[in-house]
Order: sequence, then C-alpha cells, then structure tokens
Amino acid sequence: MTKVAVEFTLNTREQNEFVETGSTLLSALRDRLGLYGTKAGCHQGTCGACTVIIDGEPHLSCLTLAERCRGKDVTTLEGLAPAGALHPLQQAFMDGFAAQCGFCTPGMILAAKCLLDRNPDPTRDEVVDAISGNICRCTGYEPIIAAILTAAQGLRKPARKRA
Amino acid sequence: MEYRKDYFAETQTQDLTEVGVTRQRSDALGHVTGKTQYYADRQFAGLLHLKMVRSPHHHARIKSIDVAKALKVPGVVRILTAKDVPQNIYTILCLIQVEPNDEPVLAFDKVRFKGEQIVAVLAESEAAARDAAAKVKIVYEVLPAVFDVEEALKPGAPLVNEYHGRNYFTYEGHHCRRVRHGDVERAFAKADHVVEEMYQSSPIEHAPTETTGCIVVPDQNDRYTCYSNTQALYFTLDNTALILNSPFHKLRLVGGTVGGGFGGKVDVITEPIAFLAAMLTKRPVKYEYSREEEMQVSSPRAAERIYIKDGLMKDGRITARKVTLYVDAGAYSRHSPYGTTKAAAHMPGPYTIPNVWVDCHCVYTNRTPSSAMRGFGVTIGDFALEVQMDKLARLIGMDPMEFRILNAYRDGDMKAHQKQVEGAALVECVQAAADLARWPIDDRSKTASSLKREV
Repeated sequence: MTKVAVEFTLNTREQNEFVETGSTLLSALRDRLGLYGTKAGCHQGTCGACTVIIDGEPHLSCLTLAERCRGKDVTTLEGLAPAGALHPLQQAFMDGFAAQCGFCTPGMILAAKCLLDRNPDPTRDEVVDAISGNICRCTGYEPIIAAILTAAQGLRKPARKRA
Repeated sequence: MEYRKDYFAETQTQDLTEVGVTRQRSDALGHVTGKTQYYADRQFAGLLHLKMVRSPHHHARIKSIDVAKALKVPGVVRILTAKDVPQNIYTILCLIQVEPNDEPVLAFDKVRFKGEQIVAVLAESEAAARDAAAKVKIVYEVLPAVFDVEEALKPGAPLVNEYHGRNYFTYEGHHCRRVRHGDVERAFAKADHVVEEMYQSSPIEHAPTETTGCIVVPDQNDRYTCYSNTQALYFTLDNTALILNSPFHKLRLVGGTVGGGFGGKVDVITEPIAFLAAMLTKRPVKYEYSREEEMQVSSPRAAERIYIKDGLMKDGRITARKVTLYVDAGAYSRHSPYGTTKAAAHMPGPYTIPNVWVDCHCVYTNRTPSSAMRGFGVTIGDFALEVQMDKLARLIGMDPMEFRILNAYRDGDMKAHQKQVEGAALVECVQAAADLARWPIDDRSKTASSLKREV
C-alpha cells in the first residue's frame, strides 16, 4: 500500500498526514484522526451523513480522496464552535428537537452552515434544497428545517446590531 | 398541543403536567456536537474485519464449500464455516417458547433466501476480507423456490424450512392463530350486505442511516465485550450464549445508542458470529453491514395479504367479520410468529362485532426473513381495516366518522377475544378529529360516549 503526505487545514489547524492512496477523507478523519463526528452511513455518496465542509462547500467525505485534500480547508462538526460553545445551528437543533437518533445531525448541520454562510436569509425552499442530499430516517425533516430557519434568524440579528 | 382534561374527568387520577410541554432530549448535546458515541466510534489495535459470503440463490442445496483460494489472499487471518459454530441452529424468541429453532447462524446444507450468510472471512483490512470472500468457491444445486404466501401453502409447494416440516408456523397444534366468536356464516346469511375485499402490502425496509453492526473485543480473563447497535441487548446476550455454549458472564454487551432502528435492529445476526470470531482469533472483530447488505439481507416488515369479509346492516351495524390474514415470514421465524399473533389479537379492529372469525397464518417462503418494524403485525391490518370501513360506509351512504362511532368499542362490550372492553376512547378520538377537521357529524354521534352504548 502506497502512502502519500497530505498537508491541509483541519478545523483551523495545520494537519500533516500520511494517507494511503485511494483512501477516503472519511477514513482519514475517523480511522486515523479519531474525529467520529463525521458519520459513515452508506460509503457510496447517497445518505449525506459524512458531509464535511471543504473550502466553504459541502462535500461527501466518503467520496472524497484524502490525497485530493492537499492545501484545502476542511471543517468537521468538531470545528464548528470553540470547545464548550455552541454554534447557533447547534443550539437551534437542540432547542427545536431537530435531532432524534442523531446520526444524520452532523451532516445536516454542516450542510446548513454552508447554506447560511452563502445565503443568510434563505427561504424555506432554499433550506429544503440545501439539505436535499442529507437523509433523515427518523423523519424529523420538519423540525430540522425549522431549526435552520431559526438559526438563520438568530445569526442575522447581531449583524444588524453591528450595522 | 392541548391536553384536554375534560375527557373522562371523573376517572382521571393523574395530573399529566408534561403533556404538551417541549423538553430538550437528554442526549441532544451529544448529537449536535458529534460527541454521541455510536458503536463504531472506537478504535482497537489489531482490529479484524469480517465479511460474509452470501447465497446468490433464493433456494439451493449446498454441495461443497472450498475456502483454499480465499485463505491464500494476503491479510486473511481465518475463515469460519458452519462447523465452527457450537450450536448452529437457533430462533431469536426460543426463550419465550417461539419454537422450534429453525435458523442456522451459518448455512450448511441449504440456503433458503438470497443473501443468506454461509462463510465468514476475517482479514486485516476490509479490502482483503472482501477479496477473499469473492474467492470462496461454493457449489450449489438450485432448488425451486416459492415467493407467495398462498402458493407456499398449496400441496406440492417447495418445502422452505425443514425444521417446521411444512410452510407455516404451528400454534399450539393449530395451522394458524385463530379467533372465534359467535357464528359468522349465520350472520352473513341474515346481513343486508356482504362485502369481501383483499388487501396486500410489500415488504418495507427500515433503512436506518447507520447500518447494522458490532465490534467484539477480547478482554482479559477470556471475557468478551461487544459494542453493538442492537435494539435488543438481552435477546442478543441470551442467543449468543446459547449459540456459543458460553456462560453468560463471559459475554458483555455495550449498547443503547442506535443510529436509527425502527425494529430493524432487533434481530440477532451480527453479534454471535462476531463473538465467535473474536474468541477463535483472540482479536477485536468488526462485522458491519454495507448499505447493500442492509437493504438486501436485514429483515424488513413482513409482506401481508389480508381478506376481509363483512356482514353489514342498512342501519350501519357490522354484524359479522371474517378475516384471513397471511404474514410472509420469509425463510425463517425471527419475530414473525409473534407478529402474526399480534395481528390476530388486533382483529377485528376497535369495533364491537358480535360474530368474528379470524385465521392468521405465519407462512414460510424463500424471501428475506421478515421481523420487527414499528407496530408489526398491526399496521398493515389497520390499513386494511380502515380502508374497508370507508368502503362499507360508502356502500350504505353513511358518513365515515359516524359509521366508526356507531361501531366503536364501548366500555363493557365483549371483544371477539372474550375479554370485556375497558378504557375505550375511540368515540372521543373520532369526535375530536371531526371537530379539528370541521367535519360535520350528527347529534347522535356528537353525544355518543365510550362509557356506555346509547340505545
């Protein structure tokens, strides 16, 4: 098995890893780095549980080769907020009962984060579109959509205050 | 949500202060921070990966199994077949008298459904385990298969499961689970209308986002810890102990965190063979279903076919109901004999009908074994019953809500199962539903009560 060196930014910190060629970012995160917040649901790019943010865009880490992350900026759920603090999306998911079994939650939150970074005031349809690649089987879609809209509202308020 | 304390006010003894109040889940913080530890969120040095060789046929005799080539694949550590399993035949509910044992852990003489597990390959990597599994050579003699419950019960149908000797589960000497109350044939003869309809459903897969799996780790002192996403830790402990002839104290199960279950993780499939593999190799072993395995081989909700024949009077009273219900258990029992009993207990629905005849058959076919899923044995029956209720109401030009209120259980009525009704509330539920939907119902229905039958 050939290994290659990959330097990338992971949750704002420089990361240097030797990864097997052909291995996935999902495997690097979970099996090498012990970052279990990224979930493996299908290993075939259909469920969205393994969603991470790469250079501001949502990506399926099960279909992303680790070696292709050289020089990229990768964010997982563990990097969403400083230790002990919660991102408004995390708070809204907690308050709004938007997590049941919790397995799709990391991917949902990160897909939503990408949406709100790009579009701070999304419509309901835009929220639905943004999480359309993330499957929830406890079918809590309605509370998830509501939580994302609530978080968007909360994130906009301080911005207005500053302005 | 509103908590209506005026219903049955005189018998209410509890003040249910939590109803209608939103409470945060106790595990929510772990879920939103990714800190909740699912069974696979662990690392163990020397972990072996287990991959199954599965039957490509629905029904076949196994003529030979050759693992020589598979053993030569680099990284392969051990290969397990039926002869490695101490007690290879089991049934999940045998400890609550759902017998006989009818399912092998690893198939040996026959395979009875497509995807049945036959050979377990243990290797240093998933890729090596997968490569080696593809190199196991099994010679089959393909047998005729049966996929339909009624075909399976016909004389001359292929025998699916020899442990039963026939294609159905036997309930205390009877060929099905039965309910008998009054005389349906006499009531049909006197009825204004007799309506017979057939309803059926397909198997339904739970498709949890986290696939079924476990990791078994050898501890010191010949003990083993299993991290599992099972919904049934104690079924798993019991069955593993029986299958492995192991004292209970050697087996430890850690679980309770499930990435979606819905009944699909109640069967005991991955743990016994993973325990055995860990015992024989003295190394940690992970057995995790791929998404394809989750869809193909994990138990779905059973397919059902239901015939309902009703005797109906012009004034809306149902005087007779005859139900013949078939549950497709697939190749093995798992939870289906129990589900079929639930189906019988659920008929004829929450309605007081003086003449009832119910036959519920638990049938073996060469389909994927079915098992538990949210209200199994009940949900499909309810679909059939309530569609039937709408058809009956339409036939006599009666409002469907009023029709249900008229026939609903009242306290003190005799059920088909020879138990008196207590705590009935369907009348009030239908009244509240009509109210919410702004659906007009007549005064007689508005003033009806579950507490007594109006004359």
